[in-house]
Amino acid sequence: MLKEGNIRIPSGCAISGIIDRSGAVFSGQIIADSIATMHDRSNGLGGGFAAYGIYPEFKEHYAFHMFYDNTKSKQETEELLKANFVIAYEDKIPTRKTESIKNAPLIYRYFALPKLEVLNANEITDEDFVVKFIFNVNKNVNGAYIFSSGKNMGVFKAVGYPEDVAEFYKLETYNGYMWTAHGRFPTNTPGWWGGAHPFNLLNISVVHNGELSSYDTNRKYLEEFGYSCTLQTDTEVAAYIFDLLLRRHNLPVSLAAKVVASPLWNQVERMSLKEKELYHSLKMIYSKALLNGPFSLIVTYDNGFIAINDRIKLRPLTAASHGDVIYVASEESAIRQVCKNPDRVWIPKGGEPVIAEMDQQNVSEIFNKKEVTA
Amino acid sequence: MSLNYLTPEFKVLRDYDKCINCKVCMRQCANEVHSYDEDLGKMVADDYKCVNCQRCVVMCPTHALTIVKHPQVFRENANWTYDAIRDIYRQAETGGVLLSAMGNDRPYPIYWDKMVINASQVTNPSIDPLREPMELKIFIGRKPDKIELDENLNVKTKMPPQLTLNYPIMFSAMSYGSISYNAHASLARAAKELGIYYNTGEGGLHKDFRKYGPNTIVQVASGRFGVDREYLKTAAAVEIKIGQGAKPGIGGHLPGEKVSEDISETRMIPVGSDAISPAPHHDIYSIEDLSQLIYSLKEATDYKKPVGVKIAAVNNVAAIASGIARAGADYIAIDGFRGGTGAAPKRIRDNVGIPIEFAIASVDSRLRSEGIRHTISLIAAGSIRSSADIVKAIALGADAVYIGSAALIALGCHMCQQCYTGKCNWGIATQDPNLVKRLNPEIGYKRLVNLITAWGHEIQEMLGGMGINDIESLKGNRLMLRGIGMTQKELDVLGILAAGE
Amino acid sequence: MKKVYAKEEVCVGCKLCEVYCITSHSRYKDVLKAYKFDSNRPAPRIVVEENRPLSFSLQCRHCDDAPCVKACITGAMQKDPVTGVVTCDTDKCVGCWTCVLVCGFGAIVRDTNNKIASKCDLCAESGEPACVKNCPNEALVYEGGI
Ligand code: SF4
Ligand code: SF4
Ligand code: SF4
Ligand code: SF4
Repeated sequence: MLKEGNIRIPSGCAISGIIDRSGAVFSGQIIADSIATMHDRSNGLGGGFAAYGIYPEFKEHYAFHMFYDNTKSKQETEELLKANFVIAYEDKIPTRKTESIKNAPLIYRYFALPKLEVLNANEITDEDFVVKFIFNVNKNVNGAYIFSSGKNMGVFKAVGYPEDVAEFYKLETYNGYMWTAHGRFPTNTPGWWGGAHPFNLLNISVVHNGELSSYDTNRKYLEEFGYSCTLQTDTEVAAYIFDLLLRRHNLPVSLAAKVVASPLWNQVERMSLKEKELYHSLKMIYSKALLNGPFSLIVTYDNGFIAINDRIKLRPLTAASHGDVIYVASEESAIRQVCKNPDRVWIPKGGEPVIAEMDQQNVSEIFNKKEVTA
Repeated sequence: MSLNYLTPEFKVLRDYDKCINCKVCMRQCANEVHSYDEDLGKMVADDYKCVNCQRCVVMCPTHALTIVKHPQVFRENANWTYDAIRDIYRQAETGGVLLSAMGNDRPYPIYWDKMVINASQVTNPSIDPLREPMELKIFIGRKPDKIELDENLNVKTKMPPQLTLNYPIMFSAMSYGSISYNAHASLARAAKELGIYYNTGEGGLHKDFRKYGPNTIVQVASGRFGVDREYLKTAAAVEIKIGQGAKPGIGGHLPGEKVSEDISETRMIPVGSDAISPAPHHDIYSIEDLSQLIYSLKEATDYKKPVGVKIAAVNNVAAIASGIARAGADYIAIDGFRGGTGAAPKRIRDNVGIPIEFAIASVDSRLRSEGIRHTISLIAAGSIRSSADIVKAIALGADAVYIGSAALIALGCHMCQQCYTGKCNWGIATQDPNLVKRLNPEIGYKRLVNLITAWGHEIQEMLGGMGINDIESLKGNRLMLRGIGMTQKELDVLGILAAGE
Repeated sequence: MKKVYAKEEVCVGCKLCEVYCITSHSRYKDVLKAYKFDSNRPAPRIVVEENRPLSFSLQCRHCDDAPCVKACITGAMQKDPVTGVVTCDTDKCVGCWTCVLVCGFGAIVRDTNNKIASKCDLCAESGEPACVKNCPNEALVYEGGI
C-alpha cells in the first residue's frame, strides 16, 4: 500500500482552538482536555497540537521540529542544516512512554537562523529561504520530515488519539497564549506521523476538518507560485494558500477568508460599489484559491487565528468567548469542557470567519453580517 | 468520360403504402432527388444525388421515407476500403483535391469517451444544485498575479479587460459566408440571451448584427475581411485567427459565386470576387510578429478589449501556446483536429493535427510549469459534443469551450458534411435564399438557448456530484477524472490516473 | 379578431399547410387516411403562392366588409357577428362560384368533388388552425384581437 504523500486520503476530524487575547499563557492541558471530549470524531490514526508563545527564550529563531525515520536521514539533514543555518540550540523533543503511541520516529528540534552569507548568495529574504529549505528537505531527504518551522511556536503530532499525543509530548509542561488541536479520522491510511495535523509552514499552522473537492485545482495553482505539495493532503494545500495570501500577497486576514470562502456572485452584485470592485477583483484573481468542498478549519498565525467554514457550511464549527479568551471547536461540548460559563456562544455562518487576534476588540469579521447565536 | 464509376452512397426507401404524393420531399430536397413521375403516378427518387441530410425524412408528413446506407458493397477488403476506392474514382474523374466539410470523421479514438468523472460518496457530501448555489460564471482574460490594495482596501490593481460568461461555453468562429445570415442571427441572439459570446469568424460583421456587439468576438484572420475601425469598436473582444483544427496550415477560399451583395459588403470585397484567406498571415512569420499584431489591436481598442489568439492543435501546441501567452494574448483558443469547417481538403481534415484532449492537457501543464497558467485563459474547441465533454475539458485545464458543430446541430444540421456544396438543406451552410429561409432565427435562437441551458443544468449536476459548487474549482482538477482503456503514456500526457487507481 | 398571418421571410414553400388543411377538414383527422381513404377528400382551403425564393401561404382574410357574403346568392356565406369568422354553410351552398369571382384574394376554392365553395374556417371544429399548428418553420401565426 502506498504511503501517505504518494496517495490522497480523505479524512474526517475534530478541531479545537483557544486564544487568550491578552497574551497570557496557559498550559497545554487545557486544549488536550478540550479535544479529548470529541474522542469519537477521531479514530486514533492521527492527533496533534500547535502551540504559540512556548519558546520565548528563542523567540527570534526558527524552531524546526523534525521526524527522522533513521539516523542516516538525521545525519543528512543536519549536514544540510549546518551548511545553511547557525543553530542556537538543539535537542531531542522530550516525550514520555505512552501505552497507545507506538512506532515513534526520532523526534528532534533545532532553534536556528539562516546564515547571512547564504542569504546574500541567494538574494532572497530569510523567510523565502527557510521555505525553500523546508521544501528541499521534505522532498529530497528520504526519511526526514520538517513538521514545524515557526518562531516561538511549535507543532506536536503523532499517530494516536489527540489526548494520548498530548501525554506523549508532555504538553502540560508547555505554556502558550494560543493553542489548536486536531483529532483525525482518516479513511484508509496505515497512519504516518507527518500526515497528522496541524500542518505548519513558518508561523502559519492549519487544523482542518473536511475534504477539498477543489484539491487538484488548488494544488496546481500553488505550484505555479513555487509551492510543492508533497503530502497530498487538503490541510497542506490550505496552509500554503494562507501562506500565499497572508505572507506573500499581504492580504488582510479578513480578505483571505473571503478568498477561501468567497461570496457568491449574486451576493457580490448586491454590494456597494467599492465592495463590489474589491470582491470582483478578489474573485477573479484568486478563483483557484477558493477552497471548495466541506471544511471547517482553524488557521493560526503570529498574533491570532481565523476559524472558518466552507461557504455553505458542510462541516461543524462553534465559537465562544469568555473575557479575553476565544474558543472555537467542532462541537460546543469541547468548549464547555474547558469553559463552563462562556459569555457568548455562537455558530458562525458558512464562509463567515471568526477572527481572534491579540488585543483586538471585534472578534467577528469587518464585513460580517449577523451571526446565528447558538 | 461518360461512365461514372461511383455507385450511390445512400438509398432512398419510400413506403408507398404511406406516401400520399404530397411532394413535400420534392420541394425540400435541394439536391433534386425526389420527383413525381406522371406516367407511373407516383414519387420516385434518384439515389445518386442523395447526401442523407434527412430533410425530406423529417418533413414527410406520413413518415414514408427512410434513407439507408446503400447496400452495394465491394468485395470485402480490410485495406482497400469503401472510402479509399471511391476517393480514387472521384479524383480520377475530376483531377481535383477532394473536398469535405465538418470535422474529421475518421475512427480515431475519442479520448473524451475514455475518461470518466468522479462523484462524492460519504467522506464528502455531494451538493444538490436545485437547493444550493452552484456557480458557472467565468471570466476570459488575463489575470494579475496578485491583488494590490491601499490601506482603505481600495483596489489598486488594474484589472485587464475580461469577458464575462454566464456559462463556460461560447459559439465558435463561423463566418458569414460559410454559414447563412439566419444562422448568424440565431447565434448572435442566443449569445445575448444567454450572457455568453458568439464569434463572427473571419467574414466580417454584418451591419444588422452590430447591435449584438457586447456579445460578439470578432476575428482578424489572414484575409483581414471586414476589419475596420467600426468592426473593432463594436466587438467585445478581438481574436486573431492563426489556424483552425479542421485544416491546420491551410488557408480558406470562398468562391466568387458565393460572394453576394450582402457578403461583399460585410467582407469589404467586390461582389463575385473570390475571398481568399492566405495560409499564414503575411505579416506574421514568427512569434514577435504575432506580438506586434496583438499589441496593434490592443492599441486600436484602447486596451479595453481582450485580444485572443486561435490556433489549431498541432504537435508542438504547448510551446506555441506558451509563446502566445508571452506575446501578450489575453486568451488562447485551441481547436482540436475534430473541429468543424465549411470546407477543407479531405486529406488535411482527416490527417493533420492532434486531438483537443491531449492539446488542452499539455498546454495547461506547460503553462503551469512555467508559472503563467493563471495569467491567461484557455479555450478548448474541436468537437465538444455534450456537457460531459465540457466538464472533462475544464477538468483537464480549459477555462471554457467553444462549440461550433454542436451549435449547428442544435439549429438542424444533420452532419451530411456537404457544407462546401452550398446546398445545405437546413439553411445553415448556404447562401441560397430559398434555403436560408428554412432556418427561422426565431426558432434557431431558442433552440440554442435551450441547448446551453440544458448543458448548464447538467454541468451543475456533475459539479454537485463532485462536491463542488463553483466551476472555478473544476479547472485543472484532473483528480476528478480517471482513464479507461488507455496506455500509460496516454494517461501521462493527459495527467490523469487510471480508473480504480 | 384573431387571424392567420403569413411570414413570407421564413415560409419554405413546403406546402405542408395544405396537407394539414385537407386533413383537418377530412372526416378522418389523420393524414394518411384522409389521403388514402377519403373518397370525398376536401380541397385545401389554403394555397401556397410562390415566386421563388418568395413563398407564402394564403387563406381567407375574413374581411370586415366581406364581398363574398354580399355576393352569395343563397345566403350560404355568412359572417358571424360575434367572432367575425366568415363561413360557408355547405347545406345552403349550390356551387354557383359567385363568391369565387368576387374574392379579391382568391381565397375561395372550388371543391369540385362536392360541388360547393370551400374556404378557410379557421378550423372552427378543433379551435386551432391546422396550418398554423403544423407549419414546420413557424411561418404562420394565429394572432390579433378576439
Ligand atoms: S413527403 Fe412523404 S408523403 Fe409526401 S410525397 Fe414525399 S414521400 Fe410521399
Ligand atoms: S438529399 Fe436530403 S432531402 Fe434530398 S433525398 Fe437525400 S435526405 Fe432527402
Ligand atoms: S407549411 Fe408553412 S412553411 Fe410550409 S408552405 Fe405552408 S406556410 Fe409555408
Ligand atoms: S373569401 Fe375573400 S372576400 Fe370573402 S371573406 Fe374571405 S377574404 Fe373576404
